[in-house]
Amino acid sequence: MEGSLILTIGFILGTTLMYATPLIYTALGGVISENAGVVNIGLEGMMTIGAFTGAAVGYFTGNPWLAFIAAGLAGGFLALFHAIASVSFAADQVVSGIAINFLGPGLALFLSRIFFEGATMTKSISLNDKIPRPFNGIFPQNSILDLIFNQYATVYLAFFLVFIVWYSLYKTKFGLRLRAVGEHPKAADTLGVNVYKIRYWAVILSGVFAGFGGAAMSIAVVSNFRPTLISGQGFIALAAVIFGKWKPQGAMLAALLFGGAQGLTVYLGGTGIQVSSQILAMLPYVITLIVLIGFVGKAVSPAANGVAYEKGER
Amino acid sequence: MDKAKNSKLLSMFSGTFGFTIISILIGLGIGAIVLLIAGFNPIEAYGIMLSGVFSKPKYIAYAIIYATPLIITGLSVAFAFRTGLFNIGAEGQYIVGALVAALTGYFFNLPPFIHVIVVFLFAATAAGLWGGIAGFLKARFGVHEVISTIMLNWIALYLNNYVVNLNGFKKPQSEASYEILNTANISLLSEWKLSDAGREWLSNFPFLADLMRAPVNFGFMIALLLALIVWFILNKTTLGYELRAVGFNKYAAEYGGIGVKKSIITSMVIAGALAGLAGAVQVLGVTNKVAVLAAMEGYGFNGIAVSLIGANTAFGNVFAGLLFGALNYGGPKIQSGLQAPSEVVDIVIGTIVFFIAIPGFIKMLLTLRSKKRGDTNGR
Repeated sequence: MEGSLILTIGFILGTTLMYATPLIYTALGGVISENAGVVNIGLEGMMTIGAFTGAAVGYFTGNPWLAFIAAGLAGGFLALFHAIASVSFAADQVVSGIAINFLGPGLALFLSRIFFEGATMTKSISLNDKIPRPFNGIFPQNSILDLIFNQYATVYLAFFLVFIVWYSLYKTKFGLRLRAVGEHPKAADTLGVNVYKIRYWAVILSGVFAGFGGAAMSIAVVSNFRPTLISGQGFIALAAVIFGKWKPQGAMLAALLFGGAQGLTVYLGGTGIQVSSQILAMLPYVITLIVLIGFVGKAVSPAANGVAYEKGER
Repeated sequence: MDKAKNSKLLSMFSGTFGFTIISILIGLGIGAIVLLIAGFNPIEAYGIMLSGVFSKPKYIAYAIIYATPLIITGLSVAFAFRTGLFNIGAEGQYIVGALVAALTGYFFNLPPFIHVIVVFLFAATAAGLWGGIAGFLKARFGVHEVISTIMLNWIALYLNNYVVNLNGFKKPQSEASYEILNTANISLLSEWKLSDAGREWLSNFPFLADLMRAPVNFGFMIALLLALIVWFILNKTTLGYELRAVGFNKYAAEYGGIGVKKSIITSMVIAGALAGLAGAVQVLGVTNKVAVLAAMEGYGFNGIAVSLIGANTAFGNVFAGLLFGALNYGGPKIQSGLQAPSEVVDIVIGTIVFFIAIPGFIKMLLTLRSKKRGDTNGR
């Protein structure tokens, strides 16, 4: 009995890691963009194009890492348009993000139909061509360590990137500039920081990360792309950014919480315990709302987040 | 993401008819280029879409039926916009309205016309309260409505799935609820047109007979009526004046004695009620039930695009909604006709919204042109 409890916990933790991973990548993207002062509600669209590109490149080349990188590039390419609109043309960033959320899924499904004989679902990549699992076979099968740590490499890479993003944001010159641009672009400009250039890079990087997040879903968690694969995860990642107070480590914890809710849903779905999976699925959003209310009076968002910067504006 | 944005949103949408038309043309142009690159003839594709919408009375009716809920969710988004609020929550408010309409349409036993009115009242109230949550959170706690409504959308989706799955409401062996009672139906002569007398009468009028093959209902009339009401509230009442004043400059409005917090809540309640009515119209007129949702259906998100293209005016919304209805109904026909991906429609819509977001780009194009002209004239 005790043994099975431990295994249950192991299963839930493992599932949590699996489902949190796509959210961690995408939320990191949001953290980068919003710290530079550009709101990115287009994460959903960027994640979707990444998920498709990963699945398609993975299917045709059989190389999961090439697929992963291609997914990042696809997300970054879509983000470029968000950057052009919101940085160069001082567009309303939410409206531009909404356009991205039409374009991303639209392009993904369009291309899927072109490359996969009219189907909106890509063909599955073979198990051998998915992202590898570095600890596969090291622990005894179905032991607790196996259940927790026998994850796809993308899971470990996500946590490594959390550290990299944290380090870059808070310990490097680039990070300092990026945050300066998000807090007080005019001051940063006065000191010779190129606000436009930094914001461009931040937005493009956010797309790259969202693309990674999509691929972490389509070539690791599952093995193909389909229209409902991402449905809403970009928005959950956005919630994780805010929940995590715009910090990489905070966003990671929030993503883990959301992944945990998903893990619990999956576990309970398999047991027949009378807790509605619908109510559980609702929880992350309810918690986020409650946390948002708790933020009252605390200025946590980067000061210039969502405000376009126009040189010479007084 | 608050102060500067709201004022910019407003300036962006005043007097932008020209920009909107140019954006629509660019959208269709990009769609054509994408089709061309993919190896399809864009003229043929657009031709199929056009004839797929206009060549038969039935098709036109369908396009209008597709447009109806989008016009209303567009009105919801536009209404909030005018108060300086971004209602991304129309999607969730639509879901709540549709759900309550299906519940009251199935469980209430009322005489024909009254039943419809009661269903609309309940749906509008429930969705109004749902939208009001976001307004309240903004007014009381300063939670940005974009974030809270995104959360509320997903809560609404799972709430819908929870309720649809309840015993007594879920139709066995299906993933949907029971159908609403006939007394709540707003279809136009739906039984008569299938009866012998109806068929015989219609056979004398081929145009009407074809038109009636679509699930024609009173929804479009309701949408037009709502557009009129929104226009009236915004432009002809004290309430509308106050709401718009808050949208223009909430500090000035407050100084002038307008309750900004109350206005924010009122605006979101009305916006929510509108989106809820869109859901109710769809349930009473077309679907007659609600289903378990695997993903967002997009009525609210499309409504945002409709509102942006309609420049946030009541009647702009009607036209933008009809454009959307035509694109959404005609678009899939290139799938069967040409084997061309119908998702080109999403690319066209995304492009239109993208260019509407950057009027500066079109202005730049126009000034470049006039500059060139100026240069040549100068020489």
